[in-house]
Amino acid sequence: MVMRKLKEFVVEKLILICGLASIFFVVLIFLFLTKEGLAVFKSVRPADFMFGRSWYPISEPAQLGILPLIFGSLIVTLGAAIISIPIGVGCAVYIAEIAPLKIKEVLKAGIELLAAIPSVVLGFIGMVTLVPWVKSTFNLPTGLTALSGSIILAFMAMPTIVSVAEDALYSVPKSYKEGAFALGATHWQTIHRVLLPAASSGIVAAVMLGIGRVIGETMAVMMITGNAAVIPQSILVPVRTLTATIAAEMGEAVVGSEHYFALFAIGIVLFTMSFIINVTADLFLHNKRR
Amino acid sequence: MRKLASVFIFSAILSCVSSLSYAADKSIQIKGSDTMVNLGQAWAEKYMEKNAGDFVAVTGGGSGTGLSSLISGTCDIAMSSRNIKEKEIALAKQKGVNPYEIKVALDGLAVVVHPANPISKLTLDQLSDIFTGKISNWKEVGGVDQKIVVLSREVNSGTHVYFKEHVLRKGDASGKEEFSPGALLLSSSQAIADEVAGNSSAIGYYGMGYISKKQKHIDVAKDEKSAYINPTIENVISGKYPISRPLFLYTNGQPEGLIKKFVDYALSKEGQEIVVVTDFVPVVK
Repeated sequence: MVMRKLKEFVVEKLILICGLASIFFVVLIFLFLTKEGLAVFKSVRPADFMFGRSWYPISEPAQLGILPLIFGSLIVTLGAAIISIPIGVGCAVYIAEIAPLKIKEVLKAGIELLAAIPSVVLGFIGMVTLVPWVKSTFNLPTGLTALSGSIILAFMAMPTIVSVAEDALYSVPKSYKEGAFALGATHWQTIHRVLLPAASSGIVAAVMLGIGRVIGETMAVMMITGNAAVIPQSILVPVRTLTATIAAEMGEAVVGSEHYFALFAIGIVLFTMSFIINVTADLFLHNKRR
Repeated sequence: MRKLASVFIFSAILSCVSSLSYAADKSIQIKGSDTMVNLGQAWAEKYMEKNAGDFVAVTGGGSGTGLSSLISGTCDIAMSSRNIKEKEIALAKQKGVNPYEIKVALDGLAVVVHPANPISKLTLDQLSDIFTGKISNWKEVGGVDQKIVVLSREVNSGTHVYFKEHVLRKGDASGKEEFSPGALLLSSSQAIADEVAGNSSAIGYYGMGYISKKQKHIDVAKDEKSAYINPTIENVISGKYPISRPLFLYTNGQPEGLIKKFVDYALSKEGQEIVVVTDFVPVVK
């Protein structure tokens, strides 16, 4: 009897430690990021850092303005959202409501497979197929543009959007649908007047999680967006994203230099952005449960 | 970039290990130019394969860092992609160090465009204006009416820095010229080669080793009056090609013992073959 209680106690505590470990690591990462990143503000004013328009980190004196990088990240993300949301939600509706069982299975497997493709592979495929296509289709000087990045990232956001949105559609009570049919609504009327509004908070959460994935993506965007640090005037020009900047420059930044701290400060900006997106998604998910 | 990073990590490990075995007096510390880190590392690896028991540690940090380490006695050989300055020699003499210069390789940078581009020669001034964005259309230098797509290496590249200092700023150390903000920064020389091969309005630069038939190199002249020079190994060796520089090793006095053995290896036929493999131009044929 005592043994059983002891065993119970030990297991419970072990699980507790596992649960706390993840929070502990997040806090550690956040503290490290803050410590290293805030150091840059000893030499650059926060406003100059956030709203400066030139990024020349290795010049003397260095110019560390990340506004073009923020815009770069935003325009690529926005483009990816515009492409992936209609397709993703449409796909979720089809899988959850319309598709016959066999097609449903094939589609779900296909989407899971899409999620399993490593981003460097997508980037490579984009570089040799999509980039020349974008260049010739839009008659541009170069195909390494924000649009190319958006299209590839849309593929990466789609699996998340489809699976979470599909779950949300499934969790709509069956009686809603039956009621709509009983009132004489067609299938499409039922879907867009009853099911979609009922599942809306879950769908918004799906979209947010998809966008969260896009904004943090690095390898593919670094390969196909051209990495030019200018504030983009359209989606058909090269951009440099926050993530690509960190990845491209961290290897050679002298530890403890202004440049090194600036890259960590970019990390804080990214962390804040994805934190806001995740919290928004969370709020919507909670909203659904109520 | 990953390769560079791994060289960094590798050399960091090496320097740890070697500082442990420093007392054994069988080790050489080499420090300096980031451009030459890969070359130095390649020499060190092959040298250690042939001479088991000897230890060579290579670290980067920049030419200036290497030379100041040599002066303060914390390294045996400094790698430098520029000549030592008068000031540095004076400082060295004060500390009783006598810098000895050995030219070990040359570095030539080719400027390349798409083969269909009618432009085949440019002056340094025109190159500077193109890469800073002052000239943004090919017709301004006599080409077709097409926007110029400027390609550059990422800022972590020594080539990026060299090109900025010697082409954009034309060697003027106090120059303020920067790459055009619209320049595409690509992560490798190969990426630049690929983009130039597929883009008729692109212009880029990289070490001469990357020239192939898919790109056309530009003949470069110092100014309008000078002759336009082909980026060939011969023209780099003779010093006619304007975008090239010698790469040096500096030692304290004439090299002796283990240091001499390493320097001799670098200048040997095998050592100079490594120079070619790492995309530089050999000094000894």
